Amino acid sequence: MDTQSLLHDLAGLIPPQRLLTRPGQVAPFESDALTSYRVRPEAVVLVESQQEVIETVRLCHRYGVPFVARGSGTSLSGGSLPVKGGIVIALNRLNRILRIDPEQRLAVVEPGVINLNVSKAAAPFGLYYAPDPSSQPVCTIGGNLAFNAGGAHCLKYGMTSNHVLALKVVLADGEVVELGSPSLEGIGADLPGLFVGSEGLFGVALEVTLRLLPKPEAFKTVLAAYRSLKTAGDTVAEILRAGLLPGAVEIMDNLAIQAAQAAVNAGYPPDAAGLLIVELDGEAGSVAADFERLMPLIRQSGAYEVRIAADDAERLRIWQGRKSAFSAVGRLSPDYLVQDGVVPRSRLGEALEHIQALSQKYGIRVANVFHAGDGNLHPLVLFDGRQAGAYEQAEKLAHEIVELCIRLEGSITGEHGVGMEKRAFLPAMFAEADVDAMHAIRLQMDPLEIANRGKMFPN
Amino acid sequence: MKPTSVAELQEMVRAQPHLRLRGGGSKTALAGAAGAASTLETGGLTGMLQYQPEEFTFTALAGTPLVEIEAELAAHGQYLPFDPPLVEAGATLGGATAAGLSGACRVRYGGLRDFILGVRFVDGQGNLVRSGGKVVKNAAGFDLSKFMAGSLGEFGALVELSFKVFPRPPAYTTLRAQYEKLTEALQALARLANSPLEMFALDLEPSDGGYAIHARLGNPSPEIQAGRIQRLKGLLGGDAQALETPQEAELWRSHREFTWLRPGSTLIKAPLTPSNIPGLESFFQQNGEAAQAQRIYSAAGNVAWIGWQGQAAVLDAALGRMGLSGLALLGPAQRTWYGIRRGEVFAQRVRQALDPQGKFHWSAGG
Ligand SMILES: Cc1cc2nc3c(=O)[nH]c(=O)nc-3n(C[C@H](O)[C@H](O)[C@H](O)COP(=O)(O)OP(=O)(O)OC[C@H]3O[C@@H](n4cnc5c(N)ncnc54)[C@H](O)[C@@H]3O)c2cc1C
Repeated sequence: MDTQSLLHDLAGLIPPQRLLTRPGQVAPFESDALTSYRVRPEAVVLVESQQEVIETVRLCHRYGVPFVARGSGTSLSGGSLPVKGGIVIALNRLNRILRIDPEQRLAVVEPGVINLNVSKAAAPFGLYYAPDPSSQPVCTIGGNLAFNAGGAHCLKYGMTSNHVLALKVVLADGEVVELGSPSLEGIGADLPGLFVGSEGLFGVALEVTLRLLPKPEAFKTVLAAYRSLKTAGDTVAEILRAGLLPGAVEIMDNLAIQAAQAAVNAGYPPDAAGLLIVELDGEAGSVAADFERLMPLIRQSGAYEVRIAADDAERLRIWQGRKSAFSAVGRLSPDYLVQDGVVPRSRLGEALEHIQALSQKYGIRVANVFHAGDGNLHPLVLFDGRQAGAYEQAEKLAHEIVELCIRLEGSITGEHGVGMEKRAFLPAMFAEADVDAMHAIRLQMDPLEIANRGKMFPN
Repeated sequence: MKPTSVAELQEMVRAQPHLRLRGGGSKTALAGAAGAASTLETGGLTGMLQYQPEEFTFTALAGTPLVEIEAELAAHGQYLPFDPPLVEAGATLGGATAAGLSGACRVRYGGLRDFILGVRFVDGQGNLVRSGGKVVKNAAGFDLSKFMAGSLGEFGALVELSFKVFPRPPAYTTLRAQYEKLTEALQALARLANSPLEMFALDLEPSDGGYAIHARLGNPSPEIQAGRIQRLKGLLGGDAQALETPQEAELWRSHREFTWLRPGSTLIKAPLTPSNIPGLESFFQQNGEAAQAQRIYSAAGNVAWIGWQGQAAVLDAALGRMGLSGLALLGPAQRTWYGIRRGEVFAQRVRQALDPQGKFHWSAGG
């Protein structure tokens, strides 16, 4: 690793105001949204063109210096945590929307584009970009791609991977490749499918072709309050069993409700033990027909209060509460860890009871907000990092939740990625041969293992 | 060779220098020759391993015929939303995945790659490798399951697959509209594809000297259907007609099974976007062998199914000029790949990792 030579050559490539090396300059890049981990990078390169990324990656390869691509740093798994002795390639300024093509319903964007800005640019054409992580006002398409980010509406519409048609990538050894095509159909192995979700371990995405969808013309958003979390969970199973396919099915527990209330006053019933949000969306006729089938189910599900959003403002208020839940929990506790495991949907109730038991066992508060329709849990483990040992205890609890998800034949992560935080669990979820095969692929893409070194794979 | 267990298959992979997989043999241009020494037939690896209707997921062995899977799903009101082709011709789950094929009704919810959750495959060293999982959402590890969709058995032998499924629509309605000019038909196609109407299929094909569009809607309840049909008619313009029930089913069956293909033709799949259609059509309207070609533009203009009887080189060159690519699926295969290849370097790197000796790399010669 020849960091000095790298910095020297970078200085010839990047103007000084965009090549940050002083401790005060690089400090904001020391961690991502998983703030318990911190590493100071040797330098941060604020790239503004695809060519600058390519040259920077080539230099890193030449001098064997690790790099971490970074979007907005909202990773909750330590994915954009810098690597010791390495540099950060910050992509926020590589953020041009190159093309919106309303006829073919696609957008060509650079990786630093903010998720929500794609939908904003597409809105005049009646189109939108479907994946909607709660962080969508800040997170980038590059970060979404790396983690195959999801959101409340991926039950019906799928994850990031289902919306990426093509990409241009610089691999970690400097070779530039183009994967996929603007068509929804392909032939040959699905190459974009493999790149999406590779957590920045193959290289850096430079340009992405995204699929846009016509905006749903109708929504019906229903809020149902329950005296027990389990009943809310059971209702989800009932809805799916009836053959309904809502755009979103979300659940929040009481702690999360309180947090959301305090933060944005979403108008949630404050005493509910479980709050179910079901949203039907799409073509007006089908939404109306599905609503007729959904409501009797909800009314017989044991909910003690049911509300239907009367207009767009009410609907947005409901979603604002849900989408602000993570940051809102920050009001209840100075620190928290978010878990992201998945369980089979029929075992949601069981998993939630188990998490409650763990919370009692450790004497640590756990708030739950989750993508119930997908079985994707988001337990927030609350702790105060200033208390000695509090982080370690919280992490232990969080790890027990991960193990629970593996036991139930689910997954250690639904959308936040393995990153730094769950890398020890990759071998618990996969057999040795599986991890070996993944690692062999990693070595082919990045023989020096300089791209996001230390992530995803166990140490 | 026809292994009846995964362990046996692993042994065969270790022992053989070159292997070509064969499922149901329904993709005649892609399947290895039945009974040939180097052909690995998956017909001994069949059966549903896990199906919990309330989870909307299943796991089955690769050699399981799709007919069986669809029947089992249908018994619980569920179906494969990507509408796999050639089911009646004997397609297997592994073969459909390896060929990466989706049918006309992929318009509504997406293609095969959007529904695959997990795979187990045997790599070139004979190792059994798993990727993905059995739950509907999973971001752990590299997504080799998606990669395998369309991999043509060239990176390993698929042995087990997990998919998500959706509730099956109770009924359908299909409208047909006829246009004199391609530009009119393409405008109608764009109007439909950009509308909030939730169509299952949207196909365009040459017909009666002009072009016909077939648009298929689900029919969730009779009360609302009349209004939706009116709306669809408005978007189609002209005198769109609803098909009677038996013709409706038969039309999509013929698209799914490619019964429209002239005997002796090669069927080529060419992914594209609607903007490529005028260029391709003017190629087909030239005199000579191109004029004989059959074609259906399916999935809202995202794929051309081409029935070709001429020289492979002519079509290969034409697709290449337009920056398109094609894959031979049925009939006499003079060549496998047509037009340009994309991302070969990247695929080659994956091959180096999974099958460094290239045991499964049968299409290398083109
Ligand atoms: C309040 C809050 C709510 C959230 N809600 C959700 C949610 O609902 N759903 C969800 O899925 N996630 C959610 N997240 C997690 C996070 O926002 C996502 O993982 C997001 O995709 C990260 O985007 P980013 O731009 O911040 O990426 P970063 O954190 O900067 O980077 C994430 C990873 O992507 C890699 N990367 C970035 N750009 C590129 C590129 N161009 N090429 C290759 N690799 C790249 C990085 O190296 C890193 O490994 C939430 C986070 C917060 C803080």
